[in-house]
Amino acid sequence: MLSVVVFLPLLAAGVLLAAPRLSARAVLTTWTAAAAVDLVLVGVLWSGYVDSGGKGTAGTRLAGPTAYETDLEWIPSLGSGYHIGVDGLSLPLVAMTAVLFLACAVYSLRDRPERPRGYAAVFLALQTVSTGLFVALDLLLFFVFFDLSIALMYFVIAGWGHGDPARSALRFFLYTFVGSLALLVGFIGLYLAADPHTFDMVDLAAQNPLGGRAAAGGAVLLAVGLGLAVKTPIVPFHTWLPPAHTDAPAVGSAILAGVLLKMGAYGFIRIALPILPEAWRAWAPAIALIGAVSVLYGALVALAQNDFKRMVAYTSVNHMGYVVLGLGAAGTAAAGTAPAAAELAITGAAVQLVSHGLLTGALFLLAGVLYTRGGGYDMGAYSGLAGPAPRFAAVLAVAVFGSLGLPGLSGFIAEFQVFTGGLGLAPVPTALALPGILITAALLLRALQRLLLGPRVLPPGTGFGDLRPQESAAIVPLLALSVVIGLLPRTLLDVLAPAAEAVAALVLR
Amino acid sequence: MGATDPVDAVLWVLVGLPALAGAALLLGGRRAERAAAPAATAVAVALAVPAAVAAVHRPAVTAPALPGIPFGLAVDGLAAIGVCTLVAVFAAVVVFSAGEREGAGGRSRYYGLLLLFAAAMLATVTATDLFTLLMAWEVMGATSYGLIAFHWRHPRTGSSAAVSFLTTRTADLGMYAAAGAALAGGARGLDLGELAGVSGPWDHVVAGGLLAAALGKAAQLPFSFWLSRAMDGPSPVSALLHSATMVAAGGYLLLRVEPALAATGWAGPAAAWIGASTALVMGAVACVQHDLKQLLAASTSAQLGFVVLAAGVGGVAGGAAQFAAHAAAKSLLFLVAGLWLARLGTKHLAELRGAARGHPLAGTCFTAGALALGGMPPLSLWAAKDLVLAAAEPPGLHAAGLAASALAAGYAGVALAAVWSSPAPAASVRTAGGAGPGDARHAFAERLPLIALATAAVVTGALALPAVGHAWSLLLGRPGAPAPGLGEAAVSALIAVVVLAAVMLIGIRRGVPAEAAERRGVRPLRAWLGLEPAAGALVVAPVLAAARGLAAFDDRVVDRAVTGAASGVPRLAGVVGRRVEPAVEAVVAAVATGARGLGDYARRPQTGQAHQYYAQAVTALLVAALVFVLAGAVM
Repeated sequence: MLSVVVFLPLLAAGVLLAAPRLSARAVLTTWTAAAAVDLVLVGVLWSGYVDSGGKGTAGTRLAGPTAYETDLEWIPSLGSGYHIGVDGLSLPLVAMTAVLFLACAVYSLRDRPERPRGYAAVFLALQTVSTGLFVALDLLLFFVFFDLSIALMYFVIAGWGHGDPARSALRFFLYTFVGSLALLVGFIGLYLAADPHTFDMVDLAAQNPLGGRAAAGGAVLLAVGLGLAVKTPIVPFHTWLPPAHTDAPAVGSAILAGVLLKMGAYGFIRIALPILPEAWRAWAPAIALIGAVSVLYGALVALAQNDFKRMVAYTSVNHMGYVVLGLGAAGTAAAGTAPAAAELAITGAAVQLVSHGLLTGALFLLAGVLYTRGGGYDMGAYSGLAGPAPRFAAVLAVAVFGSLGLPGLSGFIAEFQVFTGGLGLAPVPTALALPGILITAALLLRALQRLLLGPRVLPPGTGFGDLRPQESAAIVPLLALSVVIGLLPRTLLDVLAPAAEAVAALVLR
Repeated sequence: MGATDPVDAVLWVLVGLPALAGAALLLGGRRAERAAAPAATAVAVALAVPAAVAAVHRPAVTAPALPGIPFGLAVDGLAAIGVCTLVAVFAAVVVFSAGEREGAGGRSRYYGLLLLFAAAMLATVTATDLFTLLMAWEVMGATSYGLIAFHWRHPRTGSSAAVSFLTTRTADLGMYAAAGAALAGGARGLDLGELAGVSGPWDHVVAGGLLAAALGKAAQLPFSFWLSRAMDGPSPVSALLHSATMVAAGGYLLLRVEPALAATGWAGPAAAWIGASTALVMGAVACVQHDLKQLLAASTSAQLGFVVLAAGVGGVAGGAAQFAAHAAAKSLLFLVAGLWLARLGTKHLAELRGAARGHPLAGTCFTAGALALGGMPPLSLWAAKDLVLAAAEPPGLHAAGLAASALAAGYAGVALAAVWSSPAPAASVRTAGGAGPGDARHAFAERLPLIALATAAVVTGALALPAVGHAWSLLLGRPGAPAPGLGEAAVSALIAVVVLAAVMLIGIRRGVPAEAAERRGVRPLRAWLGLEPAAGALVVAPVLAAARGLAAFDDRVVDRAVTGAASGVPRLAGVVGRRVEPAVEAVVAAVATGARGLGDYARRPQTGQAHQYYAQAVTALLVAALVFVLAGAVM
C-alpha cells in the first residue's frame, strides 16, 4: 500500500513520457489526477493510522509506532534493504508532500508551462522521490532519494527557470550535492560502527552504535550534520538558496522550500537524534546556538531585501532555524530524563516542518502570481494591489500573517512550542531567537504594505488581474490547512506528539 | 472542569459566535457587503445572552491543545466584569457604526474584523492559561492592524497600523518568554492561577515578561506612542479597540496576574510606579493636544495608568472598577468625536468650537463622558480612582495619583471648553455648509449607544457608596479591599471640581491657543515626548542598519567564500593540468625509458652460444650458494 503511494507518481510520469502526442491540457490534467489520487491514498493511510490508535504493526521503534511497513532485501551484501514504513513523524510530512504537489499541479493548470510533458514528468518523479525519502527506514535508501531529489530539482530550475537559471541550477546542484557526499560519509561511518554492519535505521537506533565513543560519534555527527545543514539550510550554508529560489519557476520554488528543505530538517529528527543520541546531547548547546543564529541572521537579511521572492527565501532560513533551535534545546536536557519541555520543543520543531511547508508553499505560489502579472519580484515596482486584486490581497495577507506566527495559523503552534519548551532548557539561545518573530513580523508587514496598500502602482505596461480559480484552488487549501492546524492543533498533534515523545526518549536515553 | 455541565458550553458560544460570524463575513467578501452591518448588529445584541449566563453561572471549559497544555476558558468575578464590559461596548460601537454607515467600501471587512476582535477579546478576558491568552492576545493585535489600515489607500494608515502592531508585538515577546519560564518553573499547563507559585529564578521572568506585554498593550510608558498612531483608524474602532477594550486588556492582564507580580517583590512596585508616571506624563500630554482624538488617546494611556497602578499595589477591586468605568466613558467620547468628524469634517479642537451647541444630544453625552473622565463627583471615574488610590499606600505614589487626577480634570476641561465655547466665525461657516447640524438628523441607532454609554459612565459612580463598593469587592473575590475614607473622597472631589472649573473658564474665554502663541515647553508634550522618533532612532534604525550590513555580508563574504571555494576547484584543475600532469607524464616516460634500457641489458646474455650459457649457470649457482651460506651464518 505504502509502496503504491510512493511509486504511483513515478508510474504516471512513465505513462506521460510513453504516451504519444498528448495535448498540453491532457498532460496537465493527468498530472493533477495522479497527484489527487495519491493524496486520496495518503488520506486512507492517515485514517487507517489514526483508527488503529497509532498502534501500527511493529510496536514503538524509531518515532512511535510504525505502520504499513515493508522490509525487502535490496543489497544484502551491504546490509541495506528496501525498508519503508510510516510513523507519527513521517506521516504528516508525507501528507504535506502530497498536498503541496497537488497544489502545484493545480497551479500549473493555469500557469501553462512550456514543454508540459517533461515538466509534469519531472514533478511526478520528484513526488515519488520526496515521499520515498520521508518513508525510508534505511540509510542507503534515504540517501538515494536524497540525491535524486537534488538531481530532479536541478532539471526543474535549469529547464523551466527564469533569470539566470543555468547558473543558479548548477550552483544549487553542486552545493547540495557536496553536502550529500558529507552525508554519505556519515552514513558509512554509522554502517561501519554497527555490529553487525547495517544501514537499517531501526536496527541502528536500537544498537546505538556509537554509544560511549565520543570522538567517533562527534565525527559522524559532524558529517551527517554538515550534509543535512546544507539542505535545511543552516547559516552559513544557505547561500545556494536565494538564487535557486529567485530563478526557479513558482511551482519549483514551492516544492524546493516546502518539501526539499524539510528533507534536511527531517533527517535531523529521523537520523541524528535517535541514532546518535550521545553525540547529539554533547553538541546540543552549540546546535541550539547555531539555530538561534540562523533565526536572527535569516530574519535580518530578509529585512534588507527588496525582491519579494528573495525575501521569502531568507525567511525560510529563519523558519528552519526554529527547527534546529528546538531540536538543539531538546538535546540539552539531562540524559535519562524526558522532560515535558524537551517533548514540547521536538513537537514544535516537527510541527514547524509541516507548517512551513504549507505557508511557504503558499507564499511562493503567490510570488508566482506576482511574476505572471508584473514580470518581476521587485517590491518597489508595485503598490496598492489591494485595489485591482482584492482576493490576491486577502490571500497574501493571510499567508503573511501565518508566516509571521500569528495565532490561529500553524506557525504559531510550532514557534510557541519551540520557545516554551526551549526557554527552560537552553535559555540563552532561545532568548536570542525570540526577537526573530518580531523582525519577521516587521519585514513581512512591510512587504504587505508595499505591495498591497497605498496608491496603485504597477510596472509599466502591465495589468494586475485578480487570482484565477485555478490559482485560488491551489493556494487557498494550503492556508486552510494551516488554519486547521492553528485552531485545532490536535488534528496534527494526535499523530505527531507521540512520535516526538518517542524521539525525545531516544535522544535522552 | 470539562463539559460535565451543559451550561459550560455557553462559553464556547460566547467566543465562537462572533468568531464564526466574523470569519463568515470576511470569507464572504463582496457578497456579504450588504448583510454585514445587520449580521454584526444581530450578533452583538445576541451576545448579551451568553454573556449574562456566563456572568451568573461562571462556566469553565477546557479542550486539549498542546502536549500537557490545554486550551482553557473560564469566567470568574474579574472575567465577568471583562465580558460584560466588552459585550456592552461592542454592541454600542456596532450599532453606532451601522447608524453612521461606517465601513463604506468594505463593510464585510470592517464588521468581520470587529467580530473577530470581539471573539479574541472575549477569549483574552476568560483565558485560564498562557497559551490561550497569548493566542487571543495576538489575534487582537492583528485585527487592530486590519482595522487601523481599514482605509488602506491612504498613504499613512498602513504604516500606522504596522507601527501599532510591531510596538505591541515587541512587548508581547515578554509573554512568549513568560510562557517558557512558566513551564520551566513548574506551572502545570501554564495555568494563570499557578504563576504566583513558579520557582525561582523563573518567577522573575514570568512577572517581568507579563509586565512588559501588558505595558505595551496598555500603551504605558515607554510604549505609549503607538496609540497616537492608532488614531488613524476609524473613530468607532478607536472607541472599541484603542480605548475601551484592547488597550485596557493590558491593565486587565496585570489585574489577572497580580499575585504573580506581588510574589516577586519588585514587579508590583514597578508596575505601580510606571502606571503612576504614565498617568502623570500622558495626562500632561493630553492637556496640550490640539486634536480631539489625540487628546482622548493620550488620556487613555493616562487613565489606564491607574489600572496598572492598581494592579501593582494589589488593588484589584479598584483596578477593575477603573477598567469598566473608563471603558464606558472613553468609548462614548470617541463615538461623539467620530460623529463630529463625520458631520463637521474635523477633529481639531479649534475647529470644533461650539460643536456641542450645534448637537445638543451628542454634546450632552460628550459632556457626561468628559465630566466622568475628569473625575467629577459623583460620576464613575471619580469613584473608581478613589478605590485605586485607597490601595496605594506609599505616600509618594498616592500623591502622584492625586496629581494625575488633577491633570485628568485638566484635559477633560480642555475638551469641554473647546466644544462649548462660542463658535469661531470660520467654524460656523463650515457647520452651516456641511451636512447641517441638528439632532433631528441623528438616527436612533446613533442616539441609543450614546445615551446608554453616558448612563453607564454616570451611574457607575454608585461604587462610591460603601454597600456597592463592598459588593464589588466580593464579586472580585477580594472582600477586604481597602475603601476610600470620606476625607480622601472629598479631597479628590475638590481637586476635580476646582481644576475642571478653572480650565473650562479659562478655556472658554481664551479659546484654544494658536500654535504660534504657545510656550516652548509645550511642543515636545504635544508630540508625545518624541517617543516614536526615539524608538525609531534607538531600535528601528540600528536593526535596519544591522539588516543591511548583514545582507551585504551575506552577499560579499559568505557567498563569495563559497563561490571562491568553488572556483578554486577549476583553478586547482588548471594547476593539475599544467604542472602536475606533465610532471607525472615525465616520470612515466622516464620509467619507460629506464625499462627499455634494462631490456637492452637483459638482451645481452642471450648470445645463442652454449658455453656462455653454462658459464652463466655456474655463476648463478655460485651466487646462490654464497647467499645460502651467508644467510645461514646470519641466522
